[in-house]
Amino acid sequence: MTDYLDILLYVQIALSGVCMYRIIRGPTIPDRMVGIDIFGILVVGICAILAIQTERSFILDIGIAWIILSFIGTITLAKYLSGKKLNE
Amino acid sequence: MNNMASLVLLSIGILFNLFGCIGLLRLPDVYNRLQAATKCVTLGTCSILAGVLLHFGISDAGIKAIIAIPILFFTSTVAAHALIRGAYQFGIKLGDKSIKDDYKDAVK
Repeated sequence: MTDYLDILLYVQIALSGVCMYRIIRGPTIPDRMVGIDIFGILVVGICAILAIQTERSFILDIGIAWIILSFIGTITLAKYLSGKKLNE
Repeated sequence: MNNMASLVLLSIGILFNLFGCIGLLRLPDVYNRLQAATKCVTLGTCSILAGVLLHFGISDAGIKAIIAIPILFFTSTVAAHALIRGAYQFGIKLGDKSIKDDYKDAVK
C-alpha cells in the first residue's frame, strides 16, 4: 500500500516537473500561464496523496487554499493579457 | 475493500494527469495545449479527490474532499476560459495545422 502510494506520488511530482518545463521553456507568454495554471491543479493532487499517506486532514486545507489562490492569479493574468484594467 | 477502490480511483486520476501533461508537452500551439491539459488534469485531480473521499469515508478529511471537488471544477474551467480569451485578444496566432477559426467571426 505505502510503496504503491510512493510510486503515485513520484509520478505526480514528475508531472509537475513537466509543467515546470513548459513554464521555463514556453515560447509565448500565454504558454507560461497555461503551465502555471496546470501546475496549480497538479499540486492539489500532490496534497491529496500526501493526505492519504500521512493520514492527516489539514493537508487538504492547503489544497483548497491553493485552488482558490491559483484561480485568482490566473484571472489576474488573463486580464493583463487582454489589455484591460482590473476593474472593467 | 475501501482501500482497493480508493487505489483504483487514484490510479485512474494519475493516468488522466499523465495524458494531460503529455498533451501539454507535445501539442503545437497554446490553444491545443490548454484544451488538452485543462480537461484531463481537472478530471484526474477530481478522481484523486474522490479516492481520498473513499479512503477516509465521511470524516473531516472526507468532507474537505467533498468541498474541494466542486471548487476545483468551477474555478479551473472558468480560469481556462478567461485565459484563452485573453490569449486570443493578446494576438497569439493559431498553429499551422489548425484549419478553422470560429471565434474570429463571432467577435465581429
